[in-house]
Amino acid sequence: MDLFPLWNSLRIAAISTCIIFFVGIFAAYHISKASPLIKGLLDVILTLPLVLPPTVVGYLLLRLLGPKRLIGAWVLSVFDTKLVMTWWSAIFATAVVIFPLMYRTARGAFESFDETLAWSAKSIGLSDSYIFWRIRIPCCRQGLMAGTVLAFARALGEYGATSMIAGYIPGRTATISTTVYQLWRTNDDAAAFRWVMVNIAISFIVLLAVNMMERRNKSASFRKETRHHVSVSEY
Amino acid sequence: MSLYLNIEKRLGDFQLRVNLETGDDILALLGASGCGKSLTLKCITGIENPDKGRIIVDGNVFFDSEKKINLSPQKRRAGLIFQNYALFPNMTVEANILCATRRDSSSATKQQRSAKVKEIMESFGISQLARHYPSQLSGGQQQRAALARTLVSSPDILLLDEPFSALDSHLRFHMEKELRDIMRRFGKTVVLVSHDRDEVFRLCDKIAVMDDGEVDVYGSKEAVFDDPKTLSGAILTGCKNISPIHKLDEHHALAKDWGLTLQTSREVGDAEYIGIRMHDVRYAGASDANKINNKSTSDGINRIGYKNDCLIDETDGFSKNIFSMEVSEVVENPFSYTVMLRGKYKDIGWETEKPYGKALRPSETVRIQLPPDAILLLKK
Repeated sequence: MDLFPLWNSLRIAAISTCIIFFVGIFAAYHISKASPLIKGLLDVILTLPLVLPPTVVGYLLLRLLGPKRLIGAWVLSVFDTKLVMTWWSAIFATAVVIFPLMYRTARGAFESFDETLAWSAKSIGLSDSYIFWRIRIPCCRQGLMAGTVLAFARALGEYGATSMIAGYIPGRTATISTTVYQLWRTNDDAAAFRWVMVNIAISFIVLLAVNMMERRNKSASFRKETRHHVSVSEY
Repeated sequence: MSLYLNIEKRLGDFQLRVNLETGDDILALLGASGCGKSLTLKCITGIENPDKGRIIVDGNVFFDSEKKINLSPQKRRAGLIFQNYALFPNMTVEANILCATRRDSSSATKQQRSAKVKEIMESFGISQLARHYPSQLSGGQQQRAALARTLVSSPDILLLDEPFSALDSHLRFHMEKELRDIMRRFGKTVVLVSHDRDEVFRLCDKIAVMDDGEVDVYGSKEAVFDDPKTLSGAILTGCKNISPIHKLDEHHALAKDWGLTLQTSREVGDAEYIGIRMHDVRYAGASDANKINNKSTSDGINRIGYKNDCLIDETDGFSKNIFSMEVSEVVENPFSYTVMLRGKYKDIGWETEKPYGKALRPSETVRIQLPPDAILLLKK
């Protein structure tokens, strides 16, 4: 069994998740501080990829990145590279599709952040970047981690937009999801079933990891609480 | 050290207009919630920017709308402590306090900084909690850690936002005592925001009563409690008996709610309300008028030992503001009684020591005095 689709799916998901981790946090942080009007408007636009069919996202991306289109033509003339039908084209597709997941969970985390922490930090002289990286991000880490894992899981399963922008070229752009479809279409049922099992196994592991992280967090906070009761008595 | 504050800020329908000046004192902003006292603190620290005005701490201009000066919160050295203490939950107590010394990292070595942290933890009695996280601390321990963190950053002014509201009453008493010592050692301007008149009176030198975004009354705590001058000042300093008045002359007014004509020591002026504290109402004998002058008459109440509350001395103008009133309700407090006396529209509360209150029953008549010098004249 050629394992290329597995490796390709994993690298696409990992790279797009990395990119969206930072882009999502950046967008979430700035939009959570924006005025209600701008917030409402940007929120709709940035959440759109979550509800649009992936084929629509793929179509729009092709309109932008295709070799005869605005960005695609420019990149082709300057760098002599096509943006579509390569393995990394799928990164554009998955990044756009998973962005809302990261953005929304991160924004939720930032909005529930206790702003008095930041104010206190300022009043004792801590810089804005210290506050962001050493206080705000750690305090929101649960939400940010959840968003990242969700985004990664969704990226692994991306099919519609990926198939439109990267196609299916065995050994070059094939991912697990496009391989399953291709094998089923060509009546190779046994091979399709193997890849289905691989996909289920990966999703299982990811979800298991999420659950274990949650449980660890819960038991950690429980330990803290029991110790808290002890320390109250010693006031 | 000093604070000069003259700011204006509009937030929607709310208009903040504060003008205060104080020295090395402990100043309390006393007000109901939503009166702008916390917003005032935020303007001093630079979390919020006033629309116009000036903020000067110890000769250091924090904000000046005319000269376009607006120091960042980090440069102001205004230590602010929130009611939830705002300790960073992801850091230990030691790390919380250590990061407050980062401002000095250019002038002090790492060893010097951590020595400073050790020293302040020692003096706040939280050394054994160094490795604990904030969620593992009790309310009092959190408050100490927050105070240590703020003071180690060597602020020029200390700002406390409702410092005891998160503590239960027993702990509050102990922490109040500690805070009094800490503020005394700090020796610079302290601004404390509170809605608790007892707390404010025990902790502060000066009081600014705030109402609807403005400073209503400002002065030493004794002066403010003695003569609050305004309706909101009277309410916030705990005056429970308040009635609108109809002015008769400079020393007489009709209290409309009670249907009583009162003589006042202070000039009525353009006051619209009259107030008298519950514990300033005095007992003037039982209902029968001829008993007033006869101290030996036994009316079932042993008056011995209750000088302040007891019979009115004839030479002291005993006839002034003495009324026979019907008791409508007697409320027992832990160490006193509150006797409600039926007025025309509203009752007058009279707080008295236990023996009197105990002897009184609803619908009984009692003679009380509203001493002219205890009557507060209040503007709206």
